Amino acid sequence: MNKTWNNKAWFMVLPVLLIVAMNAVVPLMTVVNYSVQDTFGNNVFFFEGARWFREVLESERFHNALFRQFSYTFIILAIEIPLGVGIALAMPRSGVWASVCLVLMALPLLIPWNVVGAMWNIFALPDIGLLGYTINAMGIDYNFTSQPISAWITMVLMDVWHWTSLVVLLAYAGLRSIDDAYYQAARIDAASRWSVFRYIQLPKLKHVLTIAFLLRFMDSFMIYTEPFVLTGGGPGNSTTLLSIDLVKAGLGEFNLGIAASMSIIYFLMTLLVCWLFYTLTMQGEKE
Amino acid sequence: MTLALENATKTVSGEVHIGDVSLTLEPGSLNVLLGRTLAGKTTLMRLMAGLERPTEGRVLVDGQDVTGIPVQQRNVAMVYQQFINYPSMTVFDNIASPLKLSKMENSEIDKRVRETAELMHIEHLLDRLPLELSGGQQQRTAMARAMVKDSSLLLLDEPLVNLDYKLREELRDEIPRLFKDRNTIVVYATTEPMEALLLGGKTAVMHEGRLMQFGPAAEVYHNPACVQTGTIFSDPPINYVDAEAENGTLFLGSGQKIALEGHLAGLSNGKYTVGIRANHLTVAPEGAHSIAMQGQVELAEITGSETFVHVHYNDVSWVIQEEGVHDPRLGETMTFYMDPKRLYIFERGGNLVAAPNRAKMKGAA
Amino acid sequence: MARIDLSNLAHSYLPNPKSDNDYALTRMNHTWDDGGAYALLGPSGCGKTTLLNIISGLLRPSEGQVLFDGKDMTDLQPQDRNIAQVFQFPVIYDTMTVYDNLAFPLRNRHVPEAEVDARVREIASHLDLNDALMTRARGLTADAKQTISLGRGLVRNDVNAILFDEPLTVIDPHMKWHLRSKLKLLHRQFEHTMVYVTHDQTEALTFADKVVVMYDGQIVQLGTPEELFIKPSHTFVGYFIGSPGMNVMPIELDGASAKLGGQTVSLPGAAKVKAGDKVELGVRPEFIRLDAKGMPVTVNKVEDVGRQKIVRAQLEGRNIAIVIGEDESVPTDAKIAFDPKGINVYANDWRVELGA
Repeated sequence: MNKTWNNKAWFMVLPVLLIVAMNAVVPLMTVVNYSVQDTFGNNVFFFEGARWFREVLESERFHNALFRQFSYTFIILAIEIPLGVGIALAMPRSGVWASVCLVLMALPLLIPWNVVGAMWNIFALPDIGLLGYTINAMGIDYNFTSQPISAWITMVLMDVWHWTSLVVLLAYAGLRSIDDAYYQAARIDAASRWSVFRYIQLPKLKHVLTIAFLLRFMDSFMIYTEPFVLTGGGPGNSTTLLSIDLVKAGLGEFNLGIAASMSIIYFLMTLLVCWLFYTLTMQGEKE
Repeated sequence: MTLALENATKTVSGEVHIGDVSLTLEPGSLNVLLGRTLAGKTTLMRLMAGLERPTEGRVLVDGQDVTGIPVQQRNVAMVYQQFINYPSMTVFDNIASPLKLSKMENSEIDKRVRETAELMHIEHLLDRLPLELSGGQQQRTAMARAMVKDSSLLLLDEPLVNLDYKLREELRDEIPRLFKDRNTIVVYATTEPMEALLLGGKTAVMHEGRLMQFGPAAEVYHNPACVQTGTIFSDPPINYVDAEAENGTLFLGSGQKIALEGHLAGLSNGKYTVGIRANHLTVAPEGAHSIAMQGQVELAEITGSETFVHVHYNDVSWVIQEEGVHDPRLGETMTFYMDPKRLYIFERGGNLVAAPNRAKMKGAA
Repeated sequence: MARIDLSNLAHSYLPNPKSDNDYALTRMNHTWDDGGAYALLGPSGCGKTTLLNIISGLLRPSEGQVLFDGKDMTDLQPQDRNIAQVFQFPVIYDTMTVYDNLAFPLRNRHVPEAEVDARVREIASHLDLNDALMTRARGLTADAKQTISLGRGLVRNDVNAILFDEPLTVIDPHMKWHLRSKLKLLHRQFEHTMVYVTHDQTEALTFADKVVVMYDGQIVQLGTPEELFIKPSHTFVGYFIGSPGMNVMPIELDGASAKLGGQTVSLPGAAKVKAGDKVELGVRPEFIRLDAKGMPVTVNKVEDVGRQKIVRAQLEGRNIAIVIGEDESVPTDAKIAFDPKGINVYANDWRVELGA
């Protein structure tokens, strides 16, 4: 009886397996296909082995894009996570103001990516944009279309504006789930504000922050629309992140092999970082 | 219906949660599962309900194998420790919810809900929302919902734990009465020995996933089948001391000698564990055969009607439960008595060999 | 260690309380002696936790003062009152070791590390936590966690008082016994002023030297467990303490005797009541015995609860509970008598002193 029962269950899983296959595996196989072959059109393909991979990994262009990508992700994580937790801590815990804060926080998350890019593009224009004009009026030379530093600052600001809210909402939910008794006990133990954060809030936030980190890492590592709309990867190549470079290689230069192998390397890197991070943070759990 | 478990075993990743339990529950019976936290009470209930499937063994309803049949197809209701109600529905709708699923006529639903609510004394609260009620009323609502559809099996998993002491007393008194004339099998899990006794019915003592003993509550209490049952079914804790029988005399590890007569007669030579309940240790001798013991008072707890005295004697700690107020000074030596007629004799750490003869006690009193 | 005085204390959760109904605690004056073990006993919603939080400083009373050894503490924060509190659910710092948990309140107060070490080890040995000191607190059982919370309270030897808010709620019965006894021993050893809030009479009575019974925002009786048992000053105390609770029956007074339906009960003394008062007789089930010459009752049910039997019967048409010994049996034509020392008379729910 046990056996029939088990086999039936396999059939139940089949539709899911099919959907997953259609969704993820098949398109991925196309990419894998391209990454090991070359073509001169007419649907004629040559097997190239690891050539494209070698070329990508050895090219300086890829190294530079990769470096920019990691720098970008690192900077926005370093800003958004602490800032998000900080704002969540400062938000009122109940009452009308709590709801008002939550709505305000959720607003940026509702705006589509390309709109955010366009908004900041106009907002930061040195001659007519409110931000750009104000900064220049203060005597600081700022122009994101011609200065790499200005472009980077604008790009980071835009991401922080758009996505810190996500961290805030997650952290806020995490904080709200802490029982009042913990805070009362801490007051009685004469714990400092820092101790309360370090020994009560942070441990309880660990799980939500892990999720926030992973979401923000993946999102920022694969970000395309916003910086593309804002700077188009320029000035020069100074804001050409991995995804922008990938599109340039694939659709701009029609280097399908290079683009495909880049995609795979890109995908594997994202997976690796997420896995590393997850394993490291969850290691302490099993004792 | 009659519900039977046949050699039910449940292992989860190699760990035995329920070990070889065989148990038959009669129609209309009240059964208490007594055991400590993690003794397997909840798992056993889940097996009975069909929420889980035994790894080995069978579940029989009226002799028919229902082992693989899921809970939706059985007529089962369950009440949990937490007060679980639908927060957005009124008490009436909460109680009516199981009936609405069965497509009963509205007038009939109305009648049944009101009847059940009346039984649970919440008929005046039918229009309220669960969160406007006290804990006791919320749990009454949950119980009413479980009772309204006349299920053949009702599982109550420590339903009174989160209630005030006095409220527990009330509900404990009501539960056996509510089910007196019904055909429902009621299974009630608890960690408290007194609760099992007050509810009456049958008690199944659980220990580490195994069923130690099953029988009418008072009978199990007075004749614990093994050392573990004695421990689990005693509050305050039962006193145990190692002993050895040799040629008609029982030598207690605490130094006393007891002649083997009465219910102890015929005890063969060997090693035993002797148990005596706290209320059978007395401050004054109870009859000519009482054995005097002396010990150092560690602590006295006074409840007003009774006193629990913790005494240390020859490396053994004893708890004496005495009626009235006694306030011995801590550290002083006090004399207390043990009546050999009240002793339980177990194989060393094992099964019951001799229990006090209760019929004879009655004559004495 | 300190004496705690509550002076004209009252509390309402509403900003502008008008009637008595708006108060969670009605006006009270009360003294907790230095080094005493007290229990605050009452049903949920009676205001006992409110009172506890006012003493610890988590809540500021809307009226009146809290004094420690005569010093006004009303406006001080919990950390400045030097008290310890153990909560219903164990509060421990998950990421710390047991040792660091115990050391936490001392380190926060900048106690030298050598002294911290000495205190932590001393308390750990009292609580049998020595072997667990270096393990992380997270994976421990509920009772071990609650022991640690308790340890954090005891570790400071200068605390004014240790407050307990239903600390044994999540503990298994057999461990309750163990922890309760340990708590009592620790009290004897350190002589801290301890206040223990609970709805469980057994916990309250066994732990405390003096029990404060609260009902509906006010203190209805302060007394030793024995006083609460023998002379409950309010019918609520009679009902709430003891299980089953006290039998309360309406009577008509006639000097030193009372008419209970068709029966006459002679009282130990005459009671003075005002005309129109609701007069009742209270007798605990433990003070009723089977007696061949007594009042006839109809026995409904006999419950064998192990060490005793509870007889549910009817006397003059009213339900009555009687407790008898485990070996006693009940004849079908049972008759009962009240033990004079267990007879109490109540007028409008308050106990009336019986004259000689």
